[in-house]
Amino acid sequence: MNPVNYLYLAALLFAIGATGVLIRRNAIVVFMCIELMLNACNLAFVAFSRLHGNLDGQIIAFFTMVVAAAEVVVGLAIIVSLFRSRHSASVDDASLMKL
Amino acid sequence: MNTENLIALLVAAPLLGAAVLLCGGRRLDRVGPWLGTLLAAVPFVIGLVLFTDMLGKGAEERSLHQHLFSWIPVEGFQADVAFQLDQLSMTFVLLISGVGTLIHLYSIGYMEHDERRRRFFGYLNLFLAAMLLLVLADNYLLLYVGWEGVGLASYLLIGFWQHKPSAATAAKKAFLVNRVGDMGLSIAIMLMFTTFGTFAFEPVLGAAEETSEGKLTAIGLMLLLAACGKSAQVPLQSWLGDAMEGPTPVSALIHAATMVTAGVYLIVRSGVIFNGAPDAQLAVTVVGAVTLLFGAIVGCAKDDIKKALAGSTMSQIGYMILAAGLGPIGYVFAIMHLVTHGFFKAGLFLGAGSVMHGMNDEVDMRKYGGLRKYMPVTFVTFGLGYLAIIGFPGLSGFFSKDKIIEAAFAKGGTEGWILGSVALLGAAITAYYMTRVMIMTFFGEKRWEPDAQGNAPHPHESPKSMTIPMILLAVGSVFAGGFFSIGDRFMHWLEPVTHHDHGDSPLSAATVTGATMVVLVIGVSMAWVQYGRRPVPSVAPRGSLVTRAARRDLLQDDFNHVVLVRGGEHLTRSLVYVDHTLVDGVVNGTAASVGGLSGRLRKLQNGYARSYAVSMFGGAAVLIVATLLMRAV
Repeated sequence: MNPVNYLYLAALLFAIGATGVLIRRNAIVVFMCIELMLNACNLAFVAFSRLHGNLDGQIIAFFTMVVAAAEVVVGLAIIVSLFRSRHSASVDDASLMKL
Repeated sequence: MNTENLIALLVAAPLLGAAVLLCGGRRLDRVGPWLGTLLAAVPFVIGLVLFTDMLGKGAEERSLHQHLFSWIPVEGFQADVAFQLDQLSMTFVLLISGVGTLIHLYSIGYMEHDERRRRFFGYLNLFLAAMLLLVLADNYLLLYVGWEGVGLASYLLIGFWQHKPSAATAAKKAFLVNRVGDMGLSIAIMLMFTTFGTFAFEPVLGAAEETSEGKLTAIGLMLLLAACGKSAQVPLQSWLGDAMEGPTPVSALIHAATMVTAGVYLIVRSGVIFNGAPDAQLAVTVVGAVTLLFGAIVGCAKDDIKKALAGSTMSQIGYMILAAGLGPIGYVFAIMHLVTHGFFKAGLFLGAGSVMHGMNDEVDMRKYGGLRKYMPVTFVTFGLGYLAIIGFPGLSGFFSKDKIIEAAFAKGGTEGWILGSVALLGAAITAYYMTRVMIMTFFGEKRWEPDAQGNAPHPHESPKSMTIPMILLAVGSVFAGGFFSIGDRFMHWLEPVTHHDHGDSPLSAATVTGATMVVLVIGVSMAWVQYGRRPVPSVAPRGSLVTRAARRDLLQDDFNHVVLVRGGEHLTRSLVYVDHTLVDGVVNGTAASVGGLSGRLRKLQNGYARSYAVSMFGGAAVLIVATLLMRAV
């Protein structure tokens, strides 16, 4: 098996996610892009795990999923409460802390 | 009994008096003056005991030493409170405590109506303690303590009538000018410590002969600066005239007889240092010669009786400094003139005080005139002091001043001729201005008038407590010089300490005496022609340019104002300018650039989560690229 293709795919997914985080304003979309980047990493971990023939990468992928799930719970709660108070889910509107 | 244990008592008694009187409060008001006088007499009595004891010993064993305690015992630095009583200190102790006691007694009468007289006597006792400490110390550091102590007492007493702005200013002026001289003494002590590793008299003066001339010259010049400050010598002379704002007994004790002679003591005590530094000695003689003319000229122009006497004090101390600068030829005569001057000048000041006491504190001699009928005792005692100071044959001044003039000629060479002629000229001017004071005060028609409130003065003789000290001082003025000179008694007394050298005079003693008599007659007759034959105008005439300059103390204050005050102002102004432009410029520039930079950096913190994300990605990308590049290398 040639891992290079998997890695190309992971890099592509990561780049799409990163671009989305940087250019999209909608908080939900930004959130989804972050998930995309996390999963790109997971793909790379699993590919390397297969390449090296041990389970380390797969275990880390599980960890990543757990952390991502926890992050989704907290992050969505923040987004919902933000939307409730400001009637907008735009990340640029939430800039109250600037001087 | 061990006599050296008594030395500390000399200082302790007046110090105790000062402490009791200054801390004692009002309940001592009534006994204060008598207590102060008693405690001033204690050192005199102890001094007499020690003196008789000293006379019973051989010349070489007369020096007594008392170690009281270790003051600052540090590794490599040993300062002791220890006293040394030799013939030189003994002379001073007797002069200071003797004249001091008489003046305390006089002050009882003079300050009778002053509410704050307890404090006055406390200050006088403080002065005596400090002055005795100054002359008894066995090292320069302890001498410095006394030196500062007399400066403090002088400041407090000049400004004693502090409600008068002129007195308060005069006190400040005296203090400030003295500080300049005090810096000289402290620098001299530091130089001694670096050169000799100690500042006690014995090791310093013992090692001075083997020290390089350069170092001795530096120390000598610093000591001269100190002496100039304390003894009101040119260029630090300006404070003495103003110091006459103090009560008259103060002028007599501190600013005529004792404190202002501390500079002479310092130079004579450090004689070995000056002997090894001819340049410093030359500076001393120049200062003395200039001051003796300066003071005499100022004395000729003043109408204020105390200021005229102050000019005369300056001039007479100029004689002493001149003699002290002549080296072993003159040390003995400097001290001898100091002692006789202590008698007649204190007597003259007390006489002036007695006149003021009877004349509603009027000091302008143009408002006196004909007082000899009203104040016979004052007239006779003042007159004897007058004859002594001008050097009338047989009186004290004749012996001591003549010797200085002789010694100046004996210096030899052109220097000797110049110094001798200056001293001779000074003698003529002395005769002139003292005759002027005498005639304007006691002879001629009465010129006093009622003052603005219509109070005409009623001149009267002063009370006994004032006349007795005057009489005793007059006796001293008449006989001291002759007593000292019989068989060169004073010279043999001081010789073991100061050493003596006859010098090589181009003129015989008789010639000098003859010349002195001639200039004396010239001076007296000039004054008589000007003030005795013609009536004295009660308002000062405009006078020539020189007279007007002399009335303004030969422009010394104007000089100080232009050079020091204005100069100082310009200096501070330019320093302020530098501070504002350069220092503030650097500080403010730094602050402004930091502020500007941070204002720009602040823009990065714009609150947009996406821009933070960009910087995070950018930073991560830079890190990755850098890591890869490092790998590649």
